[in-house]
Amino acid sequence: MDIPDNLKYSSEHEWLAVNGNKGKVGITAYAAEQIGDIVFVDLPAVGTKVTAGKSFGVIEAVKSVSELYAPASGTVVATNDAVGKSPESVAAEPYGGGWLIEIELSNPSEIDALKDAAGYRDMIAGL
Amino acid sequence: MHQTALIERHRSLGARLIPFAGWEMPVQYQGLVEEHRAVRSAAGLFDLSHMGELYVTGPGAAAALDYAIVTAPSKLAVGRAHYSMICAEDGGVIDDLIVYRLGEERFLAVPNASNVEAVAAALATRLAKFEATLDDASMRTSLVAIQGPRAADILGPLVDVDLKGIKYYSGTEARVGRIPVLLARTGYTGEDGFELFVAWNDALPVWDALLAAGADRGLVPAGLGARDTLRLEAGMPLYGHELDRETTPFEAGLGRLVNLSKPGDFVGRAALEKAKESPRKALVGLRMSGRGIARIGYPVYLPAATDACGTVTSGTPSPTLGFAIAMGYVPPDHTAVGSALEVGVRDQRVSAEVVPMPFYRRST
Repeated sequence: MDIPDNLKYSSEHEWLAVNGNKGKVGITAYAAEQIGDIVFVDLPAVGTKVTAGKSFGVIEAVKSVSELYAPASGTVVATNDAVGKSPESVAAEPYGGGWLIEIELSNPSEIDALKDAAGYRDMIAGL
Repeated sequence: MHQTALIERHRSLGARLIPFAGWEMPVQYQGLVEEHRAVRSAAGLFDLSHMGELYVTGPGAAAALDYAIVTAPSKLAVGRAHYSMICAEDGGVIDDLIVYRLGEERFLAVPNASNVEAVAAALATRLAKFEATLDDASMRTSLVAIQGPRAADILGPLVDVDLKGIKYYSGTEARVGRIPVLLARTGYTGEDGFELFVAWNDALPVWDALLAAGADRGLVPAGLGARDTLRLEAGMPLYGHELDRETTPFEAGLGRLVNLSKPGDFVGRAALEKAKESPRKALVGLRMSGRGIARIGYPVYLPAATDACGTVTSGTPSPTLGFAIAMGYVPPDHTAVGSALEVGVRDQRVSAEVVPMPFYRRST
């Protein structure tokens, strides 16, 4: 299972790539595999405020609807329009072309509560 | 939780197992969409052993079934089958069934897994005043289905009968190797295909023989997930979604099944005669024209209306058609093909259009 070392992870299976006061958000390869054939991604508009641990959108498979939970709080500054047109890219490149939103972090100290790659690997090993 | 005779085979094939109607069943193996496409283009193999098998036999069996369910099984030729429903006195649907006439005095009714007990109980009561016996063989019968355009080519060499002689909605005794099967040309996918009723422990050799015979023809094991998206594309109702005790066959668009001209009384006749004239709702097919997927329970609105006028009963992205489809109930005067409706998807209204069903029809 691909779990890049340079990312932070939430217990809801989202990753956060911190870059200064901004962070890109996506779902992990593990989450994408669990969800199965992803057919629809509903993301918030740029400017929307998101809150750590709260839903910011949904990702749908043929037979399921899964909430997306923000790994950290902030304001959406970019969304990945490509996953709207090709939702399958979320599973194909979960850490690359399948990213979901970019947020401007309002409380960077929240990052400390996230897991590193080793911690996330331990968590999914226990599932 | 019940397990079918194939549970270990499902595990070794990598199935994801889920609880369904009291059974631990495979929802998918390698992937729902892949399995769905295999059934449309080649063939899929399904374990349907959770479904019920209720035998009704005796000199009064035909008359008893004419009284117990909405169709007239007495009119079936031996070897033929038809789709039917068993209704309550108030006209509500207890279950939908396939009824096979296996002999002059021998019938097989196949109810949904979730309704076996209810159907068996209703039949037992309704058969009481006839010379007919009910035998619930559900727990000693396995059911394996092979569905898809290559089903006949794969199955043909394995059986001792000529499949060309078996018409759609027919069934015959046959053998797969030495194993006796009731071989029926029926299904729930919108494709040609066969259902094989076998003794409980014969499921494994039949399953393995079919899978081996079809391996180089694109046959894959397919789970309940693909079964649901396939039946939805084919516009077929599912009990608990489109059908329930609060719904009459007329409302579900299946009033043609209700044989009001058959002689004698049958359970639900009085209520169904009224229900034909005054449906409270009507089932429609919807194509989502906006961006979003309608799912069970989502509200349906007339454009710009505040209050919902109906409810989605099933919905899915259609792997074959490439857009989202749904079925749902709306007021009887809003069923015209082309009508614009809206579906409430979370906090949004997504536009939808009434379209004819089935959504998908095979070309041959």
